[in-house]
Amino acid sequence: MSLIKHHAKIETNVLLLTVGILLTVIAGGLVEIVPLFTIKSTIERVEGVRPYSPLELAGRNIYLREGCYNCHSQMIRPFRDEVERYGHYSLAAESIYDHPFQWGSKRTGPDLARVGGKYSDEWHARHLIDPRSVVAESIMPGYPHLARRDLAFDDAADHLKTLRVVGVPYSDAQIAQAGEHLAAQADPWGDHDALTEAYPGAKVGDFDGDPERLTEMDALIAYLQVLGTMVDFSDFDPARAGALR
Amino acid sequence: MAGGPERDAVSGRHTTGHEWDGITELNTPLPKWWVYVFFACVAWALGYVILFPSVPMPGKAASGVLGYSSRAALAENLAAAEARMGEQLAGLRQLSLEEIAADPELATFARQGGEVMFKENCVPCHQSGGAGAYGYPTLADDEWIWGGSMEAIATTIRHGVRHDEDPESRFNIMPSFGADELLSEADIDQVADYVLALSKGEASQEGPGREIFETQCAVCHSSNGEGADGAGYRDFGGPALNNRIWLYGGEKEDIVAQINQPRHGVMPAWGERLGETTIKQLTLYVHGLGGGE
Repeated sequence: MSLIKHHAKIETNVLLLTVGILLTVIAGGLVEIVPLFTIKSTIERVEGVRPYSPLELAGRNIYLREGCYNCHSQMIRPFRDEVERYGHYSLAAESIYDHPFQWGSKRTGPDLARVGGKYSDEWHARHLIDPRSVVAESIMPGYPHLARRDLAFDDAADHLKTLRVVGVPYSDAQIAQAGEHLAAQADPWGDHDALTEAYPGAKVGDFDGDPERLTEMDALIAYLQVLGTMVDFSDFDPARAGALR
Repeated sequence: MAGGPERDAVSGRHTTGHEWDGITELNTPLPKWWVYVFFACVAWALGYVILFPSVPMPGKAASGVLGYSSRAALAENLAAAEARMGEQLAGLRQLSLEEIAADPELATFARQGGEVMFKENCVPCHQSGGAGAYGYPTLADDEWIWGGSMEAIATTIRHGVRHDEDPESRFNIMPSFGADELLSEADIDQVADYVLALSKGEASQEGPGREIFETQCAVCHSSNGEGADGAGYRDFGGPALNNRIWLYGGEKEDIVAQINQPRHGVMPAWGERLGETTIKQLTLYVHGLGGGE
């Protein structure tokens, strides 16, 4: 009982309690966080993950603005039911340029980690405008305003610059040409050489079905179409990548 | 203070020593069961830390005595499922589509798996049971744009339709007869009337609409609108026009719009995403929906 008595001393002294809590949190932090900086296998080594193109990034910002993450996660967990439904489980490396990442466990709608390439652009546009026109039982709200609003992208370079501050390796050239790259990706008849050199595998096209305008719908669909498509899993070996933990 | 000297006269318990306007606070200890549960939880946590990967160590995460890993557990689960269905899965891998279809038991297995994958991957466009929707062809009838044999269905699933990233994708483009000024507005109006009559089986073999159709449309849709299949080159994918099945609407204005500036549907390629075994299952399921050739 003497231990309990000492504890009472801490509990009834604000200064002692504060110091005690501080020490406990410091110890916990040292044990839990510091070793992670030395663990190389925390993020697997995989080929193919690149920073988002300016158009995809603009789409990602709309994804965040509209709160898509409230119902959709982007993390396929290593369970048989998820892997057989959505595809290969998500790797940390696939979110390496996401700030913040879009993992999560709130799934009112399906997981979107590998939705890229699963549907046509036309389906996405129709589904975002009126989900029930293609999926009768859907409870997702419609987002028809995205097709009506022009994409504001005069600040495209600033978004890239900001991300570079937190470690996304955008080059000076990529930042300088952000606006041009963005416009080129949404123009099916434009010159895409510069774009695909800077962002290998970037999908180009008229995403929203309206070639005359560059809308928020264009950007969001470009983002959805790249999700989960960067890593080629045909030569992914979990043991070699340090991922089988 | 805990265990203070004062006792409450009514309950006989110690008080904390706090007092507000003559009201004192009882120092009621935590129930014994709660304290024991608390200590049991602490013991459980200690055991868990030892058995399962919990503690990050310098250079490597401690793997725990049991050596558990969620990814290794997944590999085990997949292997167990594979072992359970090993015979059937091996059959699907080794046999051709025709051989699978000829084996009733294996065909049933394939169709059931195909149905599950169809619901997850195909229903968003082709709708439940392959009923089809505006812009997405019905799969439950015997009208096929790219062929309804098992081989043709498998090829379409594997490579998609107008899927840019796959060079083997099904591909055709109908010219924009109006938007690119290949036909005048009056011509389009006449040929639309002819196509409408053709779909109802009332087309006459003469007249300006028929003439335009023969020179402009018949090369892909064949001379009597049987579609590319009727003309013997189905890989062109020109749909039949001599029936009332329409992808983009069967009113005259729909037909005029389609001749003016056609819509071109896109189906993604599924080969890499789903793998050959699943594609075989889907093929048997789709082929069995009602219209397989």
